Amino acid sequence: MAGMIHEEDDPVSLADAPTRRLNMIEAINDALDIMLARDPDVVIMGQDVGYFGGVFRATAGLQEKHGKTRVFDTPITECGIIGAAVGMGAYGLRPVPEIQFADYIYPGLDQLVSEAARLRYRSAGEFISPMTVRTPFGGGIFGGQTHSQSPEALFAHVSGLKTVVPSTPYDAKGLLIAAIEDNDPVIFFEPKRIYNGPFDGYYDRPSKPWKAHDASEVPEGYYTIPLGKARMVREGETLTVLAYGTMVHVVESVCREKGVDAEVLDLRTLVPLDIEAVEKSVKKTGKCLVVHEATRTAGFGAELSALVQERCFYHLEAPVQRVTGFDTPYPHSLEWAFFPGPIRIGEAIDMLLSE
Amino acid sequence: MAKEGHGAGSNRPRLSLHVPEPKGRPGDPANFSDLKIPEAGAQPRPDEHCAPKETFPLCDDLIRVLGDDNFAHGLWDPQLHPDKLRAILRDMALVRAFDDRLYRSQRQGKTSFYMKCIGEEATSVAATHALDFEDMTFPSYRQQGILIARGYPLVEMVNQIYSNRADKLKGRQLPILYSSREYGFFTVSGNLTTQVPQAVGWAMASAIRNDSRISASWTGEGSTAEGDFHSAMTFATVYNAPTIFNIVNNQWAISSFSGFAGSERATFAARAIGYGVAGLRVDGNDPLAVYAAERWAADRARSNHGPTLIEFFTYRAEGHSTSDDPSAYRSAQEREEWPLGDPVMRLKDHLIAIGEWSEEQQEAMDKELAEQVRMATKEAEKNGILGHGLHHPFHTMFEDVFEELPWNLKEQSEAALRERKLKWPE
Repeated sequence: MAGMIHEEDDPVSLADAPTRRLNMIEAINDALDIMLARDPDVVIMGQDVGYFGGVFRATAGLQEKHGKTRVFDTPITECGIIGAAVGMGAYGLRPVPEIQFADYIYPGLDQLVSEAARLRYRSAGEFISPMTVRTPFGGGIFGGQTHSQSPEALFAHVSGLKTVVPSTPYDAKGLLIAAIEDNDPVIFFEPKRIYNGPFDGYYDRPSKPWKAHDASEVPEGYYTIPLGKARMVREGETLTVLAYGTMVHVVESVCREKGVDAEVLDLRTLVPLDIEAVEKSVKKTGKCLVVHEATRTAGFGAELSALVQERCFYHLEAPVQRVTGFDTPYPHSLEWAFFPGPIRIGEAIDMLLSE
Repeated sequence: MAKEGHGAGSNRPRLSLHVPEPKGRPGDPANFSDLKIPEAGAQPRPDEHCAPKETFPLCDDLIRVLGDDNFAHGLWDPQLHPDKLRAILRDMALVRAFDDRLYRSQRQGKTSFYMKCIGEEATSVAATHALDFEDMTFPSYRQQGILIARGYPLVEMVNQIYSNRADKLKGRQLPILYSSREYGFFTVSGNLTTQVPQAVGWAMASAIRNDSRISASWTGEGSTAEGDFHSAMTFATVYNAPTIFNIVNNQWAISSFSGFAGSERATFAARAIGYGVAGLRVDGNDPLAVYAAERWAADRARSNHGPTLIEFFTYRAEGHSTSDDPSAYRSAQEREEWPLGDPVMRLKDHLIAIGEWSEEQQEAMDKELAEQVRMATKEAEKNGILGHGLHHPFHTMFEDVFEELPWNLKEQSEAALRERKLKWPE
């Protein structure tokens, strides 16, 4: 891809670029702003994204800057939003619809699963659906069962869809630009618990802003992070932890507090999955823990666990473990009892290390 | 109020559920007593730029041009040149000849599935003649008439139906779910009504780009019940999208009569009223009325006056598909006694009435078209028929899932090739 800058390939350009400290919302807003300016085919639509700038402010100021036909509000119909985005993509635009909460995406599911994901295949490449659906997901904000879900496994299961989950402002910007430029449909899940700061899993401690975190240094201008490349969060020898989104930070803080020499991989994208990075790490450490906030049964952790077992069995010194949300709807008052926090993760690590 | 068990409210009238039932079942005579068929030419024709509500009386009317005397009547007469009329007649007759032959091909085991549109040819052919070639169409599964009216090669249609090695869709789609970007024909989904919000999105994109092209979607009356239809209508009215909603009301959704989509209470054209969209209800077996209504809506959309919903009132003369047998659920007499006639015969009779055609010319044309279709099927059969080995190569199964092949599909593709070598070691 011409002009692509990312940390692995071109550290000089990135180091030279002026940076600012941004939270994840600001980084997403920056990515959208850049893509609206770079590519006249990009249009943003969704409930409340126009004049108001989105309920999480991700599109703040974009309508005023780029105009009402580039950034606009929509009726409350996710089916209509995704369906129209499929039609816009067929015309030649590159729509970036927002679904206000991932929990609301289901009325648009047929348009995503049967249409956006299949256009290229069923038309043998005549029609494509280069849309990026941005949607906040995950809990930890007292959103109850309809503002907290993590439905990523439903989408990872669909052939033809890509699934992305950033965990830092730096990644959010680079991954979102890559997603928008991708010619396949991408579901871009934004972990809303870490919009404003990384989260260590201790809901009863003061929250930290992004400013103190290295990954809040976001270069100005255009850069991409390729889809399908995991991020090495920390290297270690005793076990591998696979995580994405909010859970990356929770895992990191648990490992730090426990003084565990764990290797933590932030998957960044579930489809395409960086299987090489997963295999390499697990073969080195011999132990694997998978962590996600979503419900357990048939969650993406089950896929990861199966892949590790198929590919790294003779390197494993203990059964692959999963730490997940429970198989219940996300409860409101008992939110933190559902959330796979430091205790659940710590116990699983202890168990793996004692094997 | 305290609950008192089963006795609560016992003095109230009992509720009963209404389950719609068609007027005739097998063994019954056809019954069209509820059908109001107005005189041809009696309907008012508002200006294309009118406020939507000026069209609302037409949602409960029936726009008709061709009268029982085979002449064109009234303000909706599109006054087409006889050459244009003959072109529409020819395309409709070609669709019929194509359906006839490909239906038989399915019965001969050359493919898995086919769907005819007998009796409904005008709703796609005459409508397409009223659009520009550059306008984008979002069809459902019974609009082969769009492709034929746009001159799409018949042999490509047959290749698709046979899923053979020349099928441009690489044998991936059920027969008749065509796609042609070049001919402005959106890839047909097997899921119903998904194309309707997509057509609105395409029209919005055209407006965003200050283009001059419009879009048109086709959907059956049964599938207006889908949420997609209502999402699309809301989007269209909100953004005043330059699009046309064609509802082909052929009375039957497989075995469910239109009552299961709400026809006992309101017409399908009347769906337009609640959304503030212009609405027209048209005799779908009258090619001149179909042309005139579609042209009205196209001119309206093209001049930035917004969307139109058109109900084409027609009749599905045959089964839903090759997998269906309508004699199991509807009156056997319905087809012959359908009071709005046959679109091909009506246009033929009109051309004869105005001295621009003859029975002999019709007969000669039908022969020529049957031969044209026969040649196309013979040509396509050289590329193979379904299930006889002449399909696209194995590896193509894994292509086009994504723009690039990810590692898991690469691995699965190798596994599929291994399986193939085990089955056919040579």
